[in-house]
Amino acid sequence: MAQAAIELIGINKSFGAVRANRDINLEIVRGTIHGIVGENGAGKSTLMSILYGFYQADSGEIRVGGQPASIKTPNDAIALGIGMVHQHFMLVDNFSVLENVILGAESDALLKKSIAKARSELERLEREYGLEVDPDAIIEELPVGLQQRVEILKALYRGAEILILDEPTGVLTPAEADHLFRILKQLKEQGKTVVLITHKLREIMAITDTVSVMRQGTMVATRETKKTTVEELAELMVGRRVLLRVEKGEAEAGGVKLAVKNLTVKDSRGVTMVDDVSFDLRAGEIVGIAGVAGNGQSELLEAISGIRHAVSGSVMLDGRPIDLTGKADPGELRDRGLAHVPEDRHHVGLVLAFEENENSILGYHDDPRYLKGPLLNIEAIRNDAKDKITKYDIRPADCRLKTANFSGGNQQKIVLAREMEQDPGVLIVGQPTRGVDVGAIEFIHKRLIAMRDQGKAVLVVSVELDEIRSLSDRILVMFAGRIVGERGPEATEGELGLLMAGVEQREAAE
Amino acid sequence: MDIFTAIVQILDSTIRLSVPLLLACLAGLYSERAGVFDIGLEGKMLVGAFAGAAAASVFHSAFLGLGMAILISVVFALIHGFASITHRGNQIVSGVAINFIAAGSTIMLGQHWFQQGGRTPALAPGERFEAITWPGVDAVRDVPIIGPIYSELISGHSILVYIAFLMVPFTWWVLFRTRFGLRLRAVGENPAAVDTAGISVAWLRYRALICTGILTGVAGAYLSMVQNGGFVKDMTAGKGYIALAALIFAKWKPVNAMFACLLFGFLDALSIRLQGTPLPLIGKVPVQFMQALPYVLTVILLAGFIGKAIPPRAGGVPYVKER
Ligand SMILES: Nc1ncnc2c1ncn2[C@@H]1O[C@H](COP(=O)(O)OP(=O)(O)OP(=O)(O)O)[C@@H](O)[C@H]1O
Ligand SMILES: [Mg+2]
Repeated sequence: MAQAAIELIGINKSFGAVRANRDINLEIVRGTIHGIVGENGAGKSTLMSILYGFYQADSGEIRVGGQPASIKTPNDAIALGIGMVHQHFMLVDNFSVLENVILGAESDALLKKSIAKARSELERLEREYGLEVDPDAIIEELPVGLQQRVEILKALYRGAEILILDEPTGVLTPAEADHLFRILKQLKEQGKTVVLITHKLREIMAITDTVSVMRQGTMVATRETKKTTVEELAELMVGRRVLLRVEKGEAEAGGVKLAVKNLTVKDSRGVTMVDDVSFDLRAGEIVGIAGVAGNGQSELLEAISGIRHAVSGSVMLDGRPIDLTGKADPGELRDRGLAHVPEDRHHVGLVLAFEENENSILGYHDDPRYLKGPLLNIEAIRNDAKDKITKYDIRPADCRLKTANFSGGNQQKIVLAREMEQDPGVLIVGQPTRGVDVGAIEFIHKRLIAMRDQGKAVLVVSVELDEIRSLSDRILVMFAGRIVGERGPEATEGELGLLMAGVEQREAAE
Repeated sequence: MDIFTAIVQILDSTIRLSVPLLLACLAGLYSERAGVFDIGLEGKMLVGAFAGAAAASVFHSAFLGLGMAILISVVFALIHGFASITHRGNQIVSGVAINFIAAGSTIMLGQHWFQQGGRTPALAPGERFEAITWPGVDAVRDVPIIGPIYSELISGHSILVYIAFLMVPFTWWVLFRTRFGLRLRAVGENPAAVDTAGISVAWLRYRALICTGILTGVAGAYLSMVQNGGFVKDMTAGKGYIALAALIFAKWKPVNAMFACLLFGFLDALSIRLQGTPLPLIGKVPVQFMQALPYVLTVILLAGFIGKAIPPRAGGVPYVKER
């Protein structure tokens, strides 16, 4: 009989009035990959944080390898062979890879010996699992994919037998995600146990052996992956049938709202990130920009929304130019009807220490609707926030809660609600559904299409090909800072994939 | 040769004047690198100075005085820790409070115990730290150049001066070569990373504050038991704040901190030296101007001549578990 690596029995956890976990029972079999899915705020991260000793359960029992375990601190979890890769990385940005790996697990009071030991140990792990990363690189200079690898190395270095990954692919490019899955399979072959939290049901189907579904703090089902389908999982998660691909009619494109001409953007080191890009965005259409992350999409978005300096080129909004010095007044752009949902909601989109209702009007705070003379009209702001919470199904439905205490996906919905409800003429969205559950994806997609049908111009940048294909009326593919092709929504995944890899460009050059 | 002697003399007083700054600056470095801002360096130095001089004059022992200075200063550091680490209070407010308590309590207790208007009794020779004369000083004194440098600059300081300068490489070594230093720097940058690595954030920060307390205690003892033969009210005279400025100026690095403190010490020495001496072209410079010079320079330097000073990223923020 298969042996349980971990058993959770009757776990309960509340944060104030929010019951994040209620009566959770879960058994994870040794040597398997166990997926956990569930809506935003279902309590997945909380449950795993309890297992890792980062939070304490209010009641319930944890057994590791059949033995009752008391996990009060991450140290206890580490000692029991549990390692965790958090949704938001727990790395010291200006330390080297090696320093991050040994932090807390130094073998000696002096660094020299600890580092020497870690260096040879890392070489071994690298060989065994294909986890290559330069041990002397500084974390903040590494792409997210590699930062995540450092997190995995940290866990393995501490001798983890059970590895928990919380939404590991949310920030990865498809190629990086593939690599991650190869690593996870390798770990499984070596007898390790993997717990994988993700919103991407395709990943669940591709890699897990068992999958458990959570909804509103409870564990609603556990299935053998082979015996279930994406549709069933989606329904279990949300409690109703979900459209995985939203229906939409033909676009009726009108006049040009946003005209980008010969736009060139360099990053702080002088590397050209956006190279002579031109396109038009018309009223009543959704244009999707596809591409592997890091090919200039982020910089393009930032330049258009006036927060990054462009070296040359022009952007016209309704026939009038946008200030491209990187010092544009965001308030003025908002007044002109340009709304922007930034890719990095944590740093750019939200003030995490503010209450939800404050964030839900941030940037629009001088709108007369929210003012009473020179003062903020708190009541109007809260009522407005409550409306958005209902409309966008933001959970928990508490507009006074600190934004940091919302789950990742719900934070995304707060930003989206704020920008979409202002009824802008042009909406620019970066990664609209990053970290968002299937039910919310359906909702957000429907909203975006409804905006299009009202004659708004929508520009979507996403690394999710599925999303681009199901939303866009026109697809532009970016590679190495250039737009290398334009396709209709009927383009196949394979075709777009080749463009994204820059293949066609090379052929054309020959 | 006259000019040379003058230079050696100025450098000699530069060393003497920069020692309290250096000790306080390194003290601040430990706590700020661990993510706890400490505006209370001034107050801790002051209680250290008072406790040191008081204990030395009562027990007739310089070393007992030093021990008491360190002890009391550490206690004040722990109070700061209790307010700002355990209870997650505002670190600036807590630091300011420490400064007020220090200024008030030293005068009050001083008056109560010694009835000399807040002073402690003048310390007798055995109760203060005396200058140490290095071997061979008399032999080389008359050798040109090397002689005065050895006998004036290198020899002839109290033990605390040497300790202060030895603390620079030591602090560097602790910070960058030991496990404790790695964790200390990590907790000032990203306490959540330290927490999830299974290390107690609070205990680590407390230990950093204890280091701070020890060093401000030594700095205080230096003021009252070396520079001065006893405690005088408010004798720190803003040195704790200058040390903070030097810390920023030094970008939170030990060796830089030494140079920053030497620079401030040098300006101080220069202003004392030039008081009342007419300068060529300018004429006689008012005393007040020379005295203000170090502070003016601090403002100018901090206003942008040192490039971007990036403080430890988690500095000033109490740690709350949260994702
Ligand atoms: N520190 C906290 N204080 C208060 N409430 C919290 C805290 N952490 C989580 N919550 C609440 O607990 C619930 C569960 O959150 P959790 O982060 O576990 O969700 P999740 O399933 O991981 O969601 P997502 O997929 O969006 O990451 C949410 O309603 C959230 O708002
Ligand atoms: Mg989560």
